[in-house]
Amino acid sequence: MSDPNNKNEWPIFEIFIRSKNGLEHRHVGSLHAADATMAIENARDVYTRRQEGVSIWVVPSKEITASNPEDAGELFEPAEDKVYRHPTFYELPIELKHI
Amino acid sequence: MDQNLYNYLLMLGDNSMILGHRLSELCGHGPSLETDIALTNISLDLFGQVRNIFQYAAKLNDQESSEDSIAFLRNERQHYNCILVEQPNTDFAHVILRQYLFDQFQLLQLNFLLQSKDEQLKAIAAKSIKETKYHIRFSSEWCKRLGQGTEISHNKITTALELLYPFCNEFFETTEVEKEMMERGIGPNLEELRVQYFDNVTTLLNEAGLSIPQTPFRVSGGKHGRHSEHLGYILAEFQYMQKTYPNMQW
Repeated sequence: MSDPNNKNEWPIFEIFIRSKNGLEHRHVGSLHAADATMAIENARDVYTRRQEGVSIWVVPSKEITASNPEDAGELFEPAEDKVYRHPTFYELPIELKHI
Repeated sequence: MDQNLYNYLLMLGDNSMILGHRLSELCGHGPSLETDIALTNISLDLFGQVRNIFQYAAKLNDQESSEDSIAFLRNERQHYNCILVEQPNTDFAHVILRQYLFDQFQLLQLNFLLQSKDEQLKAIAAKSIKETKYHIRFSSEWCKRLGQGTEISHNKITTALELLYPFCNEFFETTEVEKEMMERGIGPNLEELRVQYFDNVTTLLNEAGLSIPQTPFRVSGGKHGRHSEHLGYILAEFQYMQKTYPNMQW
């Protein structure tokens, strides 16, 4: 649908929303905008109209460097058999939540 | 019943209702998904404001009318909105400029109503003004983009400005009802708002690289129930369900 080489089309921005203070910004999706200011306005209308957030970050999609799916084997599979890296051997106090 | 306050509420509500309807016509037709959602959000905000105002009007009228009967069962001459808000969508430049010219007025008006002697209106203004501040942020930002964008966008918004600007004077033509509201401390002194309005509009238009049209102001009359030919068509569509199925409810 969108052709990255089409100069007449607005660039794509990735949108991150913080749902409430204290939580981290989370990626919610992407949208088109002429620049970062417009991306914030658009994100407000597209992604926070049902009170989803208190803060918005926008990042031009072209600025994101992604890992190569073909490298998944060497990048991620070695972690598969390293169960000892999961901190499951500790007793957690009941008061601690969200861990 | 306080007839003048009732009529004043209709004036306030009709502006938002007719503009809200105009924006709703764009639902699914916006120039991009993002602007389509933005304009529809603004439409919904305006209808929210209308509901508050008409619910209050119905209460004043001892519930002899309801918010629905006020919205759907009045004829053209019983509507008191300014003629600007009923102007057609034509293109995105018209939509944006019409919105900005209204938002700027609405913001000044709500700002006064925050100190209105009428407690109910004061509460409605407090809720509405946050929405309106966002509307004007959206519409003024777009005015600048279109004005300073490409030659095509600049020409389109210039055409829109020449058509729509002459309607703006009507906001400030004080009717008998508005005069009484001002004297009772319920509504603003429109002459004072006029100065601020045209100052702000001129500043924004200059920023957008647009010049103020020299065309004279147009005939008015909306606040007395005399409208352009567009309102009849709007009402035909807007009131269709209620007139075809009287007393229907959602």
